[in-house]
Amino acid sequence: MPKVHVQTRINGEEIDFLCETRQSLLEILRDELGLTGTKEGCSNGNCGACSVLLDGVLVDSCLVLAVETAGKDVSTIEGLATPSQLHPLQQKFLEHAALQCGICTPGFIMAAKALLAKNPKPTEHEVRYWLAGNLCRCTGYDKIIRAVLDAAAVMEKA
Amino acid sequence: MAEATAEYKVIGTRPIRPDGADKVTGRAIYGGDMRLTGMLHGKVLRSPHAHARIKSINTAKAEALPGVKAVVTAQDFPVAEDRIANLGEMAVNVKLLSNNVIAVDKVLYKGHALAAVAATSSHIAEEALGLIEVEYEVLPAVLNVLDAMKEEAPLLHEHLTTTELGQKTDKRSNIANHMRFTLGDPAQGFRDADIVIERDFDTATVHQGYIEPHNATALWNEDGHLYLWTSTQGAFVVQRQTAEILGLSVSKVSVTPCEIGGGFGGKIAVYLEPVAAVLSRKSGRPVKLIMSRIEEFEATGPTPASHIKVKMGVKKDGQIVAAEASLMYEAGAFPGSPVGAGCMCIFSPYAIPNMQVDGYDVVVNKPKTAAYRAPGATNAAFASETVIDELAEKLGLDPLDMRRLNGAKEGDRRVDGPTFPRIGYMETVHAALEHEHYASPLHGPNRGRGVASGFWFNVGFQSTVVINVNADGTVSLVEGSTDIGGTRASIAMQAAETLGIPYEDVRPTVAGTDGIGFTDVTGGSRTTFATGYAAHEASLDVLRQMKERLARRWDSEVEKEFEGQAERASVQITPDDVLYASGVFKCAKDPSKTMTFKDVSAQMARMGGPITGRATSQPRGIGGAFATHIVDVEVDPETGKVAILRYTAIQDVGRAIHPSYAEGQIQGGAVQGIGWALNEEYVYNTTGNMANTSFLDYRMPTTLDLPMIDTVLVEVPNPGHPYGVRGVGEVPIVPPVAAVANAIYRATGKRMTQAPMSPGYILSKLNE
Repeated sequence: MPKVHVQTRINGEEIDFLCETRQSLLEILRDELGLTGTKEGCSNGNCGACSVLLDGVLVDSCLVLAVETAGKDVSTIEGLATPSQLHPLQQKFLEHAALQCGICTPGFIMAAKALLAKNPKPTEHEVRYWLAGNLCRCTGYDKIIRAVLDAAAVMEKA
Repeated sequence: MAEATAEYKVIGTRPIRPDGADKVTGRAIYGGDMRLTGMLHGKVLRSPHAHARIKSINTAKAEALPGVKAVVTAQDFPVAEDRIANLGEMAVNVKLLSNNVIAVDKVLYKGHALAAVAATSSHIAEEALGLIEVEYEVLPAVLNVLDAMKEEAPLLHEHLTTTELGQKTDKRSNIANHMRFTLGDPAQGFRDADIVIERDFDTATVHQGYIEPHNATALWNEDGHLYLWTSTQGAFVVQRQTAEILGLSVSKVSVTPCEIGGGFGGKIAVYLEPVAAVLSRKSGRPVKLIMSRIEEFEATGPTPASHIKVKMGVKKDGQIVAAEASLMYEAGAFPGSPVGAGCMCIFSPYAIPNMQVDGYDVVVNKPKTAAYRAPGATNAAFASETVIDELAEKLGLDPLDMRRLNGAKEGDRRVDGPTFPRIGYMETVHAALEHEHYASPLHGPNRGRGVASGFWFNVGFQSTVVINVNADGTVSLVEGSTDIGGTRASIAMQAAETLGIPYEDVRPTVAGTDGIGFTDVTGGSRTTFATGYAAHEASLDVLRQMKERLARRWDSEVEKEFEGQAERASVQITPDDVLYASGVFKCAKDPSKTMTFKDVSAQMARMGGPITGRATSQPRGIGGAFATHIVDVEVDPETGKVAILRYTAIQDVGRAIHPSYAEGQIQGGAVQGIGWALNEEYVYNTTGNMANTSFLDYRMPTTLDLPMIDTVLVEVPNPGHPYGVRGVGEVPIVPPVAAVANAIYRATGKRMTQAPMSPGYILSKLNE
C-alpha cells in the first residue's frame, strides 16, 4: 500500500511521517514515532486510554486517521511535564494514589487537561460527566475525581 | 482511618509510589510497548463456532502473501502430554492447558485459537488470517451449566469423566468434578429450625475487564534460548506454563515482566506467549502479539456463570442452625472453575453448627474461566447473603444484628475444615452499625438501603526478596512480585520500617526470572502480605550482617585497648551486644561505640565487602479477610435502571501499610462488584456467539455511574505477619452484588435472584 507524507506538530515539535491511509493516529504515535505513552485499550473508541488533544480538542487517537493530523497540533502525555516539574494533574494523580496499574492514567490526564482548559473550576458532577469516556477498572474512580478537583484548585491559584 | 502511629515511622503513611513519575508521564514500559530490532507483528486465527471438529486447515495462501514470515497451527507445537504439571502453588493438566492455547482436533468455544501468523505489519498479518482455509464439522454447543449437566447433553471432551467426591469414576459427562463439604448434621439442624428458606440464584458470565489487552513478545534465539516480555501477574508462572507447553526446561525460558495494565486474576494463564514463541522460532525473528478487545472477551477470562441453591434454617431467637448449598459453576471449555473457592466462602462469615455444601465444576462451550478477584466467592455470597437478609426480615431483625448474632469469630469452624484464627469480621459489623451512613435517614420513593458481608481466605505462597546495600546508605530491593497496584510502595515501606531508614532510601525493582528467586503470582491478595514478609526478613538479614561486622570491629578495638590484660575476656563484644534503633547501631557494653546505618554502608568495603540481605517466604499464618458493605440505591420504576446513591465499604485490613492503596483496592473491588450487580454479562445467542464484545456493550461502570466510594479500614492485626498485614485486594468484590440486591429489595419489595440486575430484569420483576 502506498504511503502518504504527513506534516504535523506533536507536543510543539514539527514532525514528518509516512503512513498508510488506513493507519490510525494511535498506531502512528505508538509504532512509528515511539510515543508509547498513549495507550491502546480497545481500539474502537470505548475506553479512552488513547486520549490525545487534536488542536486542543479531546479525541480518541484510535478513531483518528493519521492522515487527518496534517497541519494540526497533537498533544500527548509526553508533552505535559517540564524537564524539572510534573504538570499539576500528574502531581495530584500521584499524591492522591489515583492510579493503580496506570494503563488508563495518560488518557485520564489528557482528558482532564482538556476539561480544565474549558472549565477551570468544575464541580464533582462536571468532572464525572466529562471523564465518563475514560474507563478505569482499578480505582473505582474515587481518587481520580479527587485528584482532578485538587489539580483544578492548584492550577486556579497559580 | 489509619495514619502514622507512634509504633511505626513508615507504615501507615502515604508516600508517592516509586514508579509514579514513569506512569504519569507515559514512560513506563508496558508489554504492548515492547519493540525489538526486526520485530514482526502477529495475529491469531480464532474459531467462529462454539463447538466444531477441525477437519482441515490450509495455510498455503496465507504463507504466500508478501510480508508473511510464518504461519503456525497445532502441528508446530509438541504433542501435549495428559499429565499434571506443578506451577509453584498451582497445578495444571498440560494437555488441557496446551489445547486451550492452540486447538488440536476440536474447537470448544467461539474465539478458540487454531492458527497464527507473523508478518511485517499487523495489517498484513490480519489479511493473512483471512486467507487461511479451515473446514469445520459444526457440533451442537452447550451454553449453560444446567443444560451441560443433563444426561443427554452434547459432550465437550470425549474422555472427560466425573471425579465424584475425590474418586475418579468412568462416567463420561460434562461434570468434571463433584465435591462436598459437611459439618455437623444438616438434616437434624433443619428439623430444629423454626424458619427455613430455600432459594435459587443465577449469575451471568463476567469479565475481569482490565484495560490493557493481553500481549506477548517472544525471541527464540538460535542457541535455543527463549526470551519473553509480557504483561503478567507472575513471570515464573508464565515461564513454567510456556516451558511445559513447548517441552522445554524452565532454564531455557527467560521471562521479563513488563508493567501490567490490570489483571484481577486474568493475567495468570498463558494465551499468547507460547504462540509468539513458536512464531519466533519459525520466522527467526522476534514476534509481538497483542489481543484485540474482541479477543479479550471471546478468548480470555471470564469468571463463571453459575446456578446456586441455598437453604438456611434459623431459630426464632435468630440463631442460624443449618445451611445447605449446591453450587454449579461453568468452567468454560476446560475443567477448573473456582467452584471450590465458592464452597469455601459461601457460609464462612457465619458460625453455623450444621452445614453441607456441594460444588460442581461443569464444562460448557464458552472460554475457559480464569481467576477473577476472590474467584467464585462473589457468586456464592450473592446467594447466601440474600437469604440471610430474607431470614433477618422474617425474624424482624436488623440485618446487621442478624450478622452480630451469628457472625464467625476466632475458634469457629469453616465448612471446609479450617478453624478461624484471630479474624476481624465482627469488628466490620460493629463498624457498619456505628457508621454515620447506616444511621442516616434515606428518604424518598423507590429508594432502599442494603448491606452484605463477604469472606475471602487469602493465600500465602512463595516469595523471594534480595536487598543490596548501597554505599550512600540507601538500599536497592529486588522482588519478583508484579506491581499491579502500588506494591512497590507497600513492600519498600515494610523494608524501610524494619531497616530503620526512610522510605525514600529504599529503591524497589521488580525482576524477571533471571533476576530473582522463585516468586508466585501477584494474586490471592498475597503480595503485600507474603512478599512484604520476605522484605522484612531480608531487612533483618541486612541488619544481622551489619551487627556481625560491627561486633568484629568493636571487638578488635577492645582487643587493642586491653592488649595482653586479663580483663579482656570479660569485655568481648558479640553481635548480640550490638543494638539497633532508628538508623543507629550502639554497643550495649560501651555506650561510646556507635555507628549509623549510613556510616556502616559507606565503610562496607573496609568492613568485609558488600552487604546483601536475602530471604524467601512461604508464610502459613494467612489472615482471612472480611468485609461488610452498605449501599443506598434508587430504582427508576419506568426504566428499571438502578442508581447508586451512596456506598460505604468496611473491611478488616489487618494493618494498612499504605492506606491510600488499601483504600484503592477496596474502592476498585467494590466498583467491579457494582458492575457485576447491575450491568455486566456475556450475552450469547443460541449458537454460542457472544453479542456484546465491546466496552460499549459490555457495560462496565463509568465515572458518571458512581458516587464517591467511602471506605473504613478496620485494623485487627494478623498474628501471622510481623506487621499484622492481611491481604486486602480480593474480599471487597464479594459483598457488593448481594448488598445491591438487598437494597433493591428495600426499594421495590422484590427479591433479586439473578445477576446482573439489569433494567430489563428489574422491569420484569416490577411487572410480576
